[in-house]
Amino acid sequence: MFQRVLTLLKKDLLLELRQQHTFYGVLLYVASTIFVLYLSLPDAPESQVWNSLFWVIQLFVCVNTVAKSFLAESRGRMLYFYSIASPVEFILGKLLFNVLLMMLMSLVGLALFFFFLDNPVTDAFRFMGIVLLGGTGLSLVFTLMSAIAAKAQQNAALIAILGFPVILPQLLLLMRLSRAAFGEIFREGALWQLAGLTAGLDILVVVMAIILFPYLWKD
Amino acid sequence: MNKSWWKILSFLLLVYTIVAGFLWEVPRLDILNETIRNLYFHVCMWFGMMILYGISFAYSIRYLRGFNYKYDIYATHFASLGSLFGVLGYITGAIWVSVTWVTQSGQSLGTVLKEPKLIGAAIALLIYGAYFVLRGSFTDMDKKARVSAVYNIFAFVMLFPSIWIIPRLVGSLHPGSPGSDSGNPALDQNDLDAGMRMVFYPAVIGWTLLGIWLATLRIRLQLIRDKSITHEA
Repeated sequence: MFQRVLTLLKKDLLLELRQQHTFYGVLLYVASTIFVLYLSLPDAPESQVWNSLFWVIQLFVCVNTVAKSFLAESRGRMLYFYSIASPVEFILGKLLFNVLLMMLMSLVGLALFFFFLDNPVTDAFRFMGIVLLGGTGLSLVFTLMSAIAAKAQQNAALIAILGFPVILPQLLLLMRLSRAAFGEIFREGALWQLAGLTAGLDILVVVMAIILFPYLWKD
Repeated sequence: MNKSWWKILSFLLLVYTIVAGFLWEVPRLDILNETIRNLYFHVCMWFGMMILYGISFAYSIRYLRGFNYKYDIYATHFASLGSLFGVLGYITGAIWVSVTWVTQSGQSLGTVLKEPKLIGAAIALLIYGAYFVLRGSFTDMDKKARVSAVYNIFAFVMLFPSIWIIPRLVGSLHPGSPGSDSGNPALDQNDLDAGMRMVFYPAVIGWTLLGIWLATLRIRLQLIRDKSITHEA
């Protein structure tokens, strides 16, 4: 089973490498949004604003990165996967792939933020860890939302409608958690409590995906 | 009669709630004063909302277990009644806010509204709004029922942390947040006056039963309309 998940992951990675235009499309999306921010702000934002802007941009980048993961698969190809893999393997492959892709995009976004909008972060490594954790959570939720929206034959708008309320608590947690990297002192153990809660939510999403995806899969 | 006893119970409990809620003695605390009577209405709405969403969640699971179209109708109407209770909870809350939290005249509402519990409730309403949008975007009935059941289950499970955990992690004006010495005001023995509990618990049951009653009326109407599809009398 693990083997098959890896094979599906490899297939997605290869597809991404062969059809690089989508990858560069998202990359350009990240770059241009942050560039627009850079131009629209009179000067470098203070850390609180920086933090909020960063996570909002992450949210939109994630919607755009993950949105196509199910919409791109044609009907015939889905039928093919149906015959060679179980739904659990398929969704795990997709989740893994999207997590990897989103982590990459998060790091690119972070680098661009540092470049264009100054660097108010005092503890860069800790913030990077939080960003990776956040990117994972965002991509997991939106992968499942994309699977649902794909069934409705709808565009990315439906993904946003379905996903935003679900992701909100996690996003608030992440914004709160990020302040640890801006030099704010947390109560003893509170940092790990928040990080653990976020990781717990991620696990919850994966479990829900494994339970629920088989019902979305067959048509 | 054996089927309608709970409807009569609901009616009696609500009569009791309204009469006793307005007439009985309540403790008068600073700021709160007599407005504490809103507890019998405002808090009950949120209880009702969670319970109705919970029933909707349970029916979504039952739908996925047997693909019986009837359960999809149940899940939808319990969800919509839950949303109605949520909106009513907001309205009763707004009345309460206007006399307790808003301290100076002309204070902007934005400062008051950034409350973890309010955010949690807003998330709940947004999720169920999305649920109905999702339902509206299908033409195929089976697919609609299946996919929206999946979303309902997923969203409900994600709702727990937002409504029950996060408000307890960050500061809030509601009871039960860290920093205040109150525990869970609805269930803890020490946080609510004994006399008030005599009205509060029946009120919760009464309002929830009323919600279930309203939902079953709508479900019965829908079942009659869709008789040809469900193949049931």
